[in-house]
Amino acid sequence: MDFGDFLLNNLEQFWHLTGFYNATWQNFVMLAVGLFFIWLAIKKDFEPMLLVPIGFGMLIGNVPFNTEAGLEIGIYEEGSVLNILYNGVSAGWYPPLIFLGIGAMTDFTALIANPKLMLIGAAAQFGIFGAYMVALLLGFAPDQAGATAIIGGADGPTAIFLSSKLAPNLMGAIAVSAYSYMALVPVIQPPIMRLLTTKQERLIKMKPARAVSQNEKIIFPIVGMLLTCFVVPSGLPLLGMLFFGNLLRECGVTTRLAKTASNALTDIVTILLGMTVGASTQASQFLTAQTIGIFALGFMAFIIASASGVIFVKLFNLVLPKNKKINPLIGNAGVSAVPMSARISNNLGLEYDPSNYLLMHAMGPNVAGVIGSAVAAGVLLGFLA
Amino acid sequence: MKRKLLMLVIALTACAAVGSAQSRRSLRINEVMVQNDSNFIDDYGCYPAWIELFNSNFAPLEISSVFITDDPGNPTKYPVPLGDVTTRVPKRQHVIFWADGNETRGTFHLNFKLKPGQENYIAIYDADGKTLIDEVTVPVIAPNTSYARTEDGGDEWEVRDGSTSELYVTPSSANKIRGVNPKIQNFKDIDANGFGMTVMAMAIVFSALLTLCICFYIISKIGASRNRSRKMEAQGMVVAETPREARPSHDSGEEIAAIVAALHQHLNVHDRESTILTINKVKRAYSPWSSKIYSIRQMPRR
Repeated sequence: MDFGDFLLNNLEQFWHLTGFYNATWQNFVMLAVGLFFIWLAIKKDFEPMLLVPIGFGMLIGNVPFNTEAGLEIGIYEEGSVLNILYNGVSAGWYPPLIFLGIGAMTDFTALIANPKLMLIGAAAQFGIFGAYMVALLLGFAPDQAGATAIIGGADGPTAIFLSSKLAPNLMGAIAVSAYSYMALVPVIQPPIMRLLTTKQERLIKMKPARAVSQNEKIIFPIVGMLLTCFVVPSGLPLLGMLFFGNLLRECGVTTRLAKTASNALTDIVTILLGMTVGASTQASQFLTAQTIGIFALGFMAFIIASASGVIFVKLFNLVLPKNKKINPLIGNAGVSAVPMSARISNNLGLEYDPSNYLLMHAMGPNVAGVIGSAVAAGVLLGFLA
Repeated sequence: MKRKLLMLVIALTACAAVGSAQSRRSLRINEVMVQNDSNFIDDYGCYPAWIELFNSNFAPLEISSVFITDDPGNPTKYPVPLGDVTTRVPKRQHVIFWADGNETRGTFHLNFKLKPGQENYIAIYDADGKTLIDEVTVPVIAPNTSYARTEDGGDEWEVRDGSTSELYVTPSSANKIRGVNPKIQNFKDIDANGFGMTVMAMAIVFSALLTLCICFYIISKIGASRNRSRKMEAQGMVVAETPREARPSHDSGEEIAAIVAALHQHLNVHDRESTILTINKVKRAYSPWSSKIYSIRQMPRR
């Protein structure tokens, strides 16, 4: 072999390793989806904290390469850097860390002041199980149906946690679907809320919540964790971390830990979670008919969840005394997209009565939705794992 | 301080001891073959009797220093040797010990033999040689027949002679082989439309949150009544003598919001977000962790 052939052979080998040589049309579709997510986040301000890492992760995960070259660079290749980072998703330990941060960020005051709002958070979980029934009708196996239906809980970490346990092969599609619909909450929920309420109901003014003592705030995470986890021990990773984070926040002596959990730790895990979930959507695994089914089911689950929260409040009002009626516009907040869905309740309330601030009232069912969806995930895990 | 430290050490030691005891207790005698004529060959090409142990836990289990015996009067007959990496049994996995009376052949060769044609007592004891982990008396069974739990770690035992497809001998593998998850299969067969799951799951979600709701309703009532009593005492009112309607109501969030808004306007202070103002108690909580004396490296004395 002369020097010229040597150069040509090596260049040819290199050409076979490049993305241009290995690209398929599916890769370009997924790259376009990733770019669309980044555009949505930057230009339209739709959940940028999630969509930027997921969108860029999609770009990373869909750069084509020769999978048979043994380069150990792909997210599914054992030992690669991406694979090591992906372990937090596949083994399910990123979501509990995010829940720790959520707990440290969340103020449960509205819920403690008016505990009956917890029931709205429970009612909205019907979105999960309504979607579960439809998924079974569409031919999904029970474990896949459960993993897909959890999108209705409107809780990304919970969806990732459950799908990593029940249907790891569908996790990419489920996570992307859950986060996409969470970003689209301001578009999806208002028409449902308008459709299901009368003008009179939208004008209901709720009494201001009472002040809550620090003792109650400290007791809440302890009792909350013990009660919910005794009922559903399979929800322990999520509920345990959620309430632990909240205790760090409320006890008043671990401010530094609470700050770290709610800021630095959550930010780090969000970056890694979003990026690796995005990268897990490799075209070969993601672009299937099942993914379309998951997106359709997720959309339906969101609608059912929002509607069941509103309908439950209307039914609940039938038994409540006249001065304690609940504005059904906070029913949508039973899904756990915190605080987006509570903000929507508030905005819609203000649209019909500029002096009717519903935000704090809506935060009650909103945080109850976080607990409810974690409990629902625990139930599905207990029944189907 | 010393007392607190001592209590902490005692509590941690107790937790560690309980944790260790719990994990060791998950070890089970799972299947035994007393007379192995032509069934399962050991690593020396022989057919000795074997005892299968099963780690019923969902965590790996280190079995070195556990004792295996066939003599109730001598619980420490065969200590599983230390320092062998293969004595770490993965979660829900099996390990075979050969009862060939020849422990020089390796870690998994016991120093006793099982006796064909008679009952055999087998037990495993924890590292202290006193705590019984599991025991079984194997009845008289035919050659190439095993005495096994019906399923891994289960309570019921049966004789397995390979006569039916269910009664096969399963050294180093699951006593009951499952192709599908029985829970999922059950839901597929009985609850094909998901109605049962929906009813059960919604009932559980509602009951969990309802219990929490009731609990906090009671706590808030107690808290509110205590606050009211304190308020009345501060105002010089006697609780028993004051009519219910004259008692002060609990603080509403609106009053606090008004106070906070006034403070905000007056002092022009706020947290990171312009809508949040936190009133913190001014105190200096001492902790050796935050003390400069301990955290700054001290210069060596000359």
